[in-house]
Amino acid sequence: MSASARSVSVSFDGVVKAFGPVRVLHGVSFDLAPGRVVGLLGENGAGKSTLMKILSGYELATAGRVTLDGAPVRFDGPRAAEARGIVMIHQEFALAEDLTIAQNVFLGHEITHHGWLDDRAMRADTARVLKMVGLAASPDTPVRDLIVAEKQLVEIARALQRDARVLVMDEPTATLTPGETERLFALIAQLRADGVTVVYISHKLDEIERITDEVVVMRDGRFVAREPTASLSRRQMANLMVGRELSDLYPAKDPQPQVPPLLRVRGLTVPGWARDVSFDVAPGEILGFAGLVGAGRTEMFEGLMGLRPHRVDTLELDGRPLRIRNPREAARQGLAYLSEDRKGKGLHVHMHLAENLTLMALRRYATPWLHPSAERAALKIAVDEFGIRTGALDIPASSLSGGNQQKLALAKVLHPDPRVVILDEPTRGVDVGAKRDIYFLIQRLARSGKAVVVISSELVELIGICHRIVVMRAGTQQVTLSAEQLTEEALIAHATGIH
Amino acid sequence: MPTPPESTEAASSAGARARHAWSSLHGLGPVLGLVVLCVAGFALNHDFATIDNAMNVLTRTAFIGIIAVGMCFVIVSGGIDLSVGSMAALIAGGVILLMNWLGARHVSPTLAVAAGAVFAVVLGALFGLAHGLLITRGRIEPFIVTLGTLGIFRATLTWLSDGGAITLDNDLADAYAPVYYAAFLGIPVPVWVFLLVAVIGAAILNRTAYGRYVQAVGSNEQVARYAAVDVDFTKMITYVLLGACVGIATLLYVPRLGSASPTTGLLWELEAIASVIVGGTALKGGSGSIVGTVVGAILLSVISNILNLTSIISVYLNAAVQGGVIIVVAFMQRRRR
Repeated sequence: MSASARSVSVSFDGVVKAFGPVRVLHGVSFDLAPGRVVGLLGENGAGKSTLMKILSGYELATAGRVTLDGAPVRFDGPRAAEARGIVMIHQEFALAEDLTIAQNVFLGHEITHHGWLDDRAMRADTARVLKMVGLAASPDTPVRDLIVAEKQLVEIARALQRDARVLVMDEPTATLTPGETERLFALIAQLRADGVTVVYISHKLDEIERITDEVVVMRDGRFVAREPTASLSRRQMANLMVGRELSDLYPAKDPQPQVPPLLRVRGLTVPGWARDVSFDVAPGEILGFAGLVGAGRTEMFEGLMGLRPHRVDTLELDGRPLRIRNPREAARQGLAYLSEDRKGKGLHVHMHLAENLTLMALRRYATPWLHPSAERAALKIAVDEFGIRTGALDIPASSLSGGNQQKLALAKVLHPDPRVVILDEPTRGVDVGAKRDIYFLIQRLARSGKAVVVISSELVELIGICHRIVVMRAGTQQVTLSAEQLTEEALIAHATGIH
Repeated sequence: MPTPPESTEAASSAGARARHAWSSLHGLGPVLGLVVLCVAGFALNHDFATIDNAMNVLTRTAFIGIIAVGMCFVIVSGGIDLSVGSMAALIAGGVILLMNWLGARHVSPTLAVAAGAVFAVVLGALFGLAHGLLITRGRIEPFIVTLGTLGIFRATLTWLSDGGAITLDNDLADAYAPVYYAAFLGIPVPVWVFLLVAVIGAAILNRTAYGRYVQAVGSNEQVARYAAVDVDFTKMITYVLLGACVGIATLLYVPRLGSASPTTGLLWELEAIASVIVGGTALKGGSGSIVGTVVGAILLSVISNILNLTSIISVYLNAAVQGGVIIVVAFMQRRRR
């Protein structure tokens, strides 16, 4: 039997993981059937990523054991796991930006010839795996020059090069376009045919339904269920994840407010990203921005907020002309922007929760001395109001799960009580329950008279919550659709330019 | 005497206390190190534990300690300043030249000394402002900017002093002497100033919006920028604060030497940076402790004091022992990252 035809079976037996006093896994036990595609489901903080990090050597279990083909294993690092064919592809990329694709793919596993690097062989093999994942880039391209979706494909290519027998994918499609997602699914089917065990972590239940053979559900650090995918409806999956009946995901839409716009933008240009974009948002209105990855939406709003060089013909707030040259002026005028890049731009992950929460409204707490007790009180209120699930309050933001970090990031940008709220991918990497919370929160914001802009790559959610949607493609505004024109087909047609 | 029986409850709460104590021990590392050193110092030479010696150590610590408080701000914000030793030398030279010039024009010695003191702080702040502007507006790495000024400052002093020393006139030196030699409530003036600077520094870093911004910028500059923090201003002010601290340290130091020469303040930058790091502040920025920095500075000067009082290790190896301590402390703090 050749090595590549070997399937590996994995089982978890009473796995416990504690970070200091906080237990995130409470004795998880289940098996992964060899050579199947397993969907791992659970809300943020359910412990999915932690369990998979233990499997792939990034974390050590506090108690319990992991067995591979019946033999207990304990990896003291990802390399040890990789040596046994277990590779994890992270939500956050672990690529060296200054190195080329080929250098990244072979990082730590370089091919050498008499002690010298064999670049030709590495380039050739990189080209082979890039072709498998469908990335049309030269192996010599520096990773810095790639967009996020392409980096994701490089991560997958790297795993393929390692000849993974157990491949863990954590939210692999979060940044991919529909076309790239299709290609990934074809690849997963091919890996499965080769006998690779694939663990697929995703919050997108339609994807889970399409490509997995069975699902494992976790909740609050415990194993909940393992069922064949075909035997569960999406609603049943969602209910297993949250442990209760989920009512409607989206709030009932309020009528579009018939009032003059609060923010009026004409001819906004961000060189290299967006050309001549114009839009209005009224108080109480939720305006969506749809488009493919790279359509320039994020960069355009970063320009508007003074975070990038930009030009604008007319910018009015409440009928008064406005100039925004830097983020401080934007904040002073009552504009708030939630970045799509939570770890890189949204939160100080090493700082404490309260310090993150109050950072943008710190003047309120400085009299002139800061009062930690006032900040802690504000945090308590925010934890309740935004439904941030955390055991302790006195912890760094990095101790929160992804969805709860996102809620904290939202609480932070809303803390100065802005009038215009721009939310960029507010539900990225967030589970169903947290998504619902965020949708209802967005509606509350609109109802309180704020003008809300939502940028999202998930068309369904834009249709679910927005009054109107602007569709962008390649830096230009394609169309603005009103409520009755909102269909997924129409949005995709405009976003891809086949309209 | 019989020991009272311990209930399991008491035992478990004692266990919890022990765990808590252990977790807070990490922050106390430098303090423990200092205590161990002091005990060792006393065991080796009983003169170590005299009030006179303690005051001597603290007075010597004051210069480096005051600079280290300013350095703590720069390092927490994610920067570095390699020039402080040269800056101190140039400020010392400038202050002496100014005071001599005023003295020659029959300005009263007290007034000349006061003018010199103000000049020292202002000059330091201006040097810091120049650093800050080059680093933020000029977009040059702090390492490069301050490496450049390290050379510029010291060369300028060497040129001003013609390679020799700039000496304070005698009558001025007499008027100036109390700044170093006087004591209040039995504690020398430099120690009081050190304490004051440390208290103000700790209050700014931990209890003001500006201090929080310094930590936010050092922790992640991009996140701070997106949170509408004025990153450039925040960074610039850290260098101004450090420059002012160097000015204060220098004006306390001048009466002790009475002159400035090309070797004045040599390697102070290393001692100041070492104090900050030994005190538990991460060189990569983001969080830091003024109290730790103060303890770190005292710890380093206690080491050289013990070497002076005992003959186990040659005094010439002072820097080697300090270097060893820095590496050991960094090794112990490694797990916290």
